[in-house]
Amino acid sequence: MAVYKMNVNGASVNLTADDPNTPLLYLLQEQVQLSGPKFGCGLGQCGACTVLVDGVPIRSCNTNVADVAGKNVVSLEGLGTPANPHPIQQAFISQQAMQCGYCVSGPVLYGKAFIDANPGATREQINEALGKSPLLCRCHAHNRMLNALVLYSQGKTK
Amino acid sequence: MRNHPGNIYSFSTFDEAQLTVDARKALADKSPKGASRRDFFKSAGVMVVGFSVAGEAAKLAAQSPVNPTGLVDSTKVDSWVSISVDETVTIYSGKCEFGQGFATVQIQLAAEELNVPLSRVKLIFCDTGTTPDQGVTSGSQSHIAEFGPGGLRQALDTARDALLVLAGQWFDVAPDALTVKDGVVSVKADPSQQITYGQLLQGQRFNLVLDSKAVPKDPKTYTVLGTSVPRPELPAKATGTFRYVQNVRLPGMLHGRVVRPPTVGAKVVSVDKNSVASMPGVVQVVVKNNFVGVVADTQWHAIQAAGSLNVTWSEGDTLPADMATVYASMQTAATADSLTIDTGDTDALLAKATKTFSAQYLHPFQMHGSMAASCAVADVRGGTGKTASAKIWSATQGVYPQRDSVALVLGIPKENIRVIFTESSGCYGLNGNDSVSYDAAILSQAVGKPVRVQWSRKDEHQNGENYGPAYVINLKAGVDAGGQITTWSYESWTVSKGNRPNATTPGNIISGFLAGFPAPVPTPAKATVPTTFGNNNNAASNYLSGVIAGKAPANTGNVNSAKVLVHNSASPFFTGPLRSPARLQNTYANEQFLDEIASALGQDPVDYRIRHLSDPRLIAVVRAAAQAAQWETRPSPKSQIPFGKLAGRGISCVLYEGNNGYSALVSYVEVDLVTGVVTIKKMITAAESGPISNPDGMINQTEGGVLQAMSRCMFEQVKWNARGGVITSVDWNSYPVFQWGMQIPEMKTVLINNPNVSQTGAGELSITLSASAIGNAIFDAIGVRVRQIPYTPANVLAAIAAAKK
Repeated sequence: MAVYKMNVNGASVNLTADDPNTPLLYLLQEQVQLSGPKFGCGLGQCGACTVLVDGVPIRSCNTNVADVAGKNVVSLEGLGTPANPHPIQQAFISQQAMQCGYCVSGPVLYGKAFIDANPGATREQINEALGKSPLLCRCHAHNRMLNALVLYSQGKTK
Repeated sequence: MRNHPGNIYSFSTFDEAQLTVDARKALADKSPKGASRRDFFKSAGVMVVGFSVAGEAAKLAAQSPVNPTGLVDSTKVDSWVSISVDETVTIYSGKCEFGQGFATVQIQLAAEELNVPLSRVKLIFCDTGTTPDQGVTSGSQSHIAEFGPGGLRQALDTARDALLVLAGQWFDVAPDALTVKDGVVSVKADPSQQITYGQLLQGQRFNLVLDSKAVPKDPKTYTVLGTSVPRPELPAKATGTFRYVQNVRLPGMLHGRVVRPPTVGAKVVSVDKNSVASMPGVVQVVVKNNFVGVVADTQWHAIQAAGSLNVTWSEGDTLPADMATVYASMQTAATADSLTIDTGDTDALLAKATKTFSAQYLHPFQMHGSMAASCAVADVRGGTGKTASAKIWSATQGVYPQRDSVALVLGIPKENIRVIFTESSGCYGLNGNDSVSYDAAILSQAVGKPVRVQWSRKDEHQNGENYGPAYVINLKAGVDAGGQITTWSYESWTVSKGNRPNATTPGNIISGFLAGFPAPVPTPAKATVPTTFGNNNNAASNYLSGVIAGKAPANTGNVNSAKVLVHNSASPFFTGPLRSPARLQNTYANEQFLDEIASALGQDPVDYRIRHLSDPRLIAVVRAAAQAAQWETRPSPKSQIPFGKLAGRGISCVLYEGNNGYSALVSYVEVDLVTGVVTIKKMITAAESGPISNPDGMINQTEGGVLQAMSRCMFEQVKWNARGGVITSVDWNSYPVFQWGMQIPEMKTVLINNPNVSQTGAGELSITLSASAIGNAIFDAIGVRVRQIPYTPANVLAAIAAAKK
């Protein structure tokens, strides 16, 4: 049983696995009790499992735990809390920008990474950036999510 | 390990200290008029056995109607609402939240009818141990169920009236001399006289039956309903702390995985359990008829073991060669037939018509394709039989039907089974949520420990859900010399296998079938001529009057002569309700066919619709959508040079389910004549469902429905390989859908509030319309009708090529 030390949402954690190819997602769910990253496809095709690793959005469902050792992992829970959400989360809340909410790790974390690097990005630029790797929302609440991301890009939350 | 709290939705930020302190002081300053408090509560008559003194009552939590037999009596007020001494109002509902926002609406309803703050209302829903049996949450029926007779609103109104009677006795005034604000009852003539609901009830039950005469608030006076109350669960969802069914954790819980037949219909020949015996973490291999699964200590170990298990399967079913073969064979199969209407004169009137029209529309199998691969957790104790019991955490649309059907799968009496709805991703109908719940229950029963089952994406796409069925729809119509439609004939062929599971049919879904229960297919039978008109499937076009046997018109149009006949035969794949089931397919055909006639006659599509409509509410949404879309009145197709990208617009409309919400949708598209690529530019919807409960929620549902339907009609079709016997739509690459980065059309939604009628559904209005509005817009652009879903470049180019011949 190998131990993989990393920082998850600001806390140092030791994830254990007998297989270095164990996807990060399952360990975050089982050993850190995270509920932000979710299983959608296991193939990197939908984005429900997205987390930031050293600030870069990745798919935790097909990223091996061994490849994340020693790095900083941030999930939705690491950005803010229900009482004190991160501005991008506040924008999603104020726009009521979801239905079931199962997909939001994808648009929130890809959106945050892109907009933080490109403040003031336009609606079209944000949508294009989110389309560079496959991201889905099956409630098809894209319009509202994009409205929320544009707000965040403009430095607003509502 | 955190145990899952179940479905408790509430707003948590409210501070009621100020309010209750005043009210409690008012109470302390007064003594009951002419009687001790004990006598008072006895004399109230409407309630309460086993009176508790105030000190004891204050210790009571909210009264919960938990019934160990799992049989909650929905005729009793206490099954729907309780008010605790701390003023918390707890409501119990049999309608689930999937992301459509109905939890919020139910909290609004309680706040409205009881005059209490939203923040004081707690909602518990869809738990066979605690909530009323309201069947399945589907078909946009939740508003009708909760606002209609026998539902939540009636329970709340009965409770409110009883509280006012009680307060009247307390203050020695008539109930109508009282007013209620924020859960505090006061005397109108002397507002200093106050008592709270919690103080009146003292933690006791109502012990009342629902009163059909209890008067609901007039929607014109709504102050909470009708406003865009934000959804209470969104802060948790946005910050990742919301606990979905995927996050249910029980002590000692193991992880299961299913091993499905590699080809459709294959059966287990043998399972080599030793093939995984030495793999890490493997607990057990479970086989039950053709159900195969593995249980392990972690998700990854279960996945590895399921992938390595050596199972020998038989040959599977012989599949039809392709979709075209299915379309053809459906029309020659022995079928179970049903008629919506047959006035008996369609052939004669077609023969007499000045002009006749006919067309055939094709719609393929589609899937729900939920974001979450299905997941459930089950805890089955004691094996099988009368002493065994089960708890299942499931994202099913119907906890009670699941309880009744899984009872047969497990061999455990239904009274010993509790199904607790726990949210997953949006389901949009009968996706894999029931099947995965069976899987978890079967595995938990075998190992005697709690088991969580998480399907793979392939499990979900290929061997999990009940697809939305294929349709072939033939339409014929005749018009007179003045262009009026005189007769309309609809004949369709669809297929089915299985359906929602219920008390007698666990085989309606794949896990029940694999576990040994038959999967029902239609039994060929002739249709009987109906004596009343009902249009639940929207097979009857909007333009039919629905006049049957001399009765009054029952539909939205003025065409009296009609035949509407549906044929159903066996499907090669499991099928079931997919958002706007049958209604989407039928509206796609009916609403394009109306445009075909209008175009041939040189009539504007909006004018020609209104000419054949009689229902003012449907006419109103058509006009509202056209106005909001700045509709240009002219016939289709648009007169333009056939070069490059051509613009077009189309409209469609529907009265959903024949009685459940009105909507019209205008679509603007561009079609590239060379590549066949269709780009959706704008989608403008008008909707009217009676009194609006939550405008922002209704817009959210409308916009989501527009885009989801756009995805379905532009991209989606289940595919298979007949030679291999396998469904090849196994993931998001092989079943493409609308995704981020694609152009999102400009969307506009016009809501029409109608407080003069009853509440109806709103969640499946726009999804019913996109395919027909887009189809009409494509025709307007290029003058070619594409009568096959999806509107892929290949299908558009094929239609263009066919039109040139």
